[in-house]
Amino acid sequence: MGGRESELVLLDENGIRCDGRKIDEPRKIMIRAGGLKNADGSAYIEFGDNKILVGVFGPRDVHPKHMSNTDTGILRVRYHMEPFSVTERKNPAPSRREIEISKVIKEALEPAVMLEKFPRTAVDVFIEVLQADGGTRCAALSAASVALADAGIPMRDMVAACAAGKVADTIILDVNNEEDQAGQADMPIGYMPNLEKITLLQLDGVLTPEEYKKCVETGINGCKIVYDLQKKALQEKYFGSGGDQ
Amino acid sequence: MMAGVIDELKKSQILELLAQGKRIDGRAFDETRELIIDTDAIPKANGSARVRLGDSEVVCGVKIQPDKPFPDMGDKGIFICTAELLPLSHPSVETGPPGPDVIELARVVDRGIRESHMIDLSQLVIAKDKSVVGVFADNVVVDYDGNLFDTCAYAATAAILSSKTPKWDLKDDVPTLVEGQEMDVPVTTIPVSVTMGKIGNHIIVDPNADEWDIMDARITITTDSDGNICALQKGGDEGFSLDELLKCGEISIKVGSQIREKLKQVKGGN
Repeated sequence: MGGRESELVLLDENGIRCDGRKIDEPRKIMIRAGGLKNADGSAYIEFGDNKILVGVFGPRDVHPKHMSNTDTGILRVRYHMEPFSVTERKNPAPSRREIEISKVIKEALEPAVMLEKFPRTAVDVFIEVLQADGGTRCAALSAASVALADAGIPMRDMVAACAAGKVADTIILDVNNEEDQAGQADMPIGYMPNLEKITLLQLDGVLTPEEYKKCVETGINGCKIVYDLQKKALQEKYFGSGGDQ
Repeated sequence: MMAGVIDELKKSQILELLAQGKRIDGRAFDETRELIIDTDAIPKANGSARVRLGDSEVVCGVKIQPDKPFPDMGDKGIFICTAELLPLSHPSVETGPPGPDVIELARVVDRGIRESHMIDLSQLVIAKDKSVVGVFADNVVVDYDGNLFDTCAYAATAAILSSKTPKWDLKDDVPTLVEGQEMDVPVTTIPVSVTMGKIGNHIIVDPNADEWDIMDARITITTDSDGNICALQKGGDEGFSLDELLKCGEISIKVGSQIREKLKQVKGGN
């Protein structure tokens, strides 16, 4: 954060970023619904160089029993990175960072999932990051929504996610790893496109009030792009084609 | 391992079929399921493989980095192989520390590769007694349908075969990367593990989840490229007769050589 000195040109004079993208252009995104045999629902996402697999189980019995709630179902999310997913081999045990991300993703999904229809049960979402390259929480959240839908769990809306940020004093869409390391701000956003509600929001970095507004708007536009791809992935699995839109 | 709920009907069906010389999925007794190897799974790792054996699926990533040598092995690099069952692989898998079955799995897969001396660790020394190269092969199970021993072993072997190791020099006692000096991981042999289940008096190769749940005993035999046996693990609460063990040894060499041809293509394809 705070614009570290670096050789890297984050934004050139033509408004092109270090990986060749324009300022409002997301990385290449591929979402696939299904794929795992044992999970009740699953999804795979490639978001730039991020590769993430999500499996969903439930609604099912709650273990340990004391966690169950007689009024509603509960949602449990585990975000986990493989030892080989990052440059330096990661200890397989969950880190504080992974535990926090699990929590924010859970809270981002909860408003969308109609858990009240399944009292005393749990829906488990398991997120496995096979390769990480900046923006894993947004990619993971987007894939988790598709996996929940694939599991047939009733939802009020999808949750689509994308980050916006600031590099070279410019607001950009979808912050990659280099931009996150050397840039000025990173703001992951999770958004329900039909209910028009933001369910995940974090920021590290400094923004003026004007930039803050621009950043949220830019991020929401990214979420809408992701949302179209989420729908497409589900259409492809259940209707055998990409659909018309 | 999974203790999946297989109903009594399926069990008697498997036993009936075996008595007629057939298996529940139509395979011959000494036939493995289809093996699919994709070695470009994780480009950021030094080597990787996504392997499907039937419906069991494992992703293995290899990370290679400088490390301190073990005190008694200052002239050898380090090799460590792990295996983890991800909770999305099966409804019965719980998060938390691994149980005895998963620890056994990781150790058997590690042993098969280690004892075959697949990787020539003497070539992975940066400075004797000070700094060596560590090769970490981490297996994660993403889908379960029995016989994870072989699925993980093939994934780890394929990932190692596809790995490139960077080169480091010791400068002021700090390992420093030498740019543009990548080389293949030095490999001396290709170990292949073959796991067989014993159900009644029948020996079957590569048990699927249904067979795995009801089998009386199992044995995993790893052979090297010369056709030597380099690691064994017997499991389950029944015994094997000497004749059965000798038969299993023959099967493991025969089936192992078929699998080895597939693994060799990983190397050829790069």
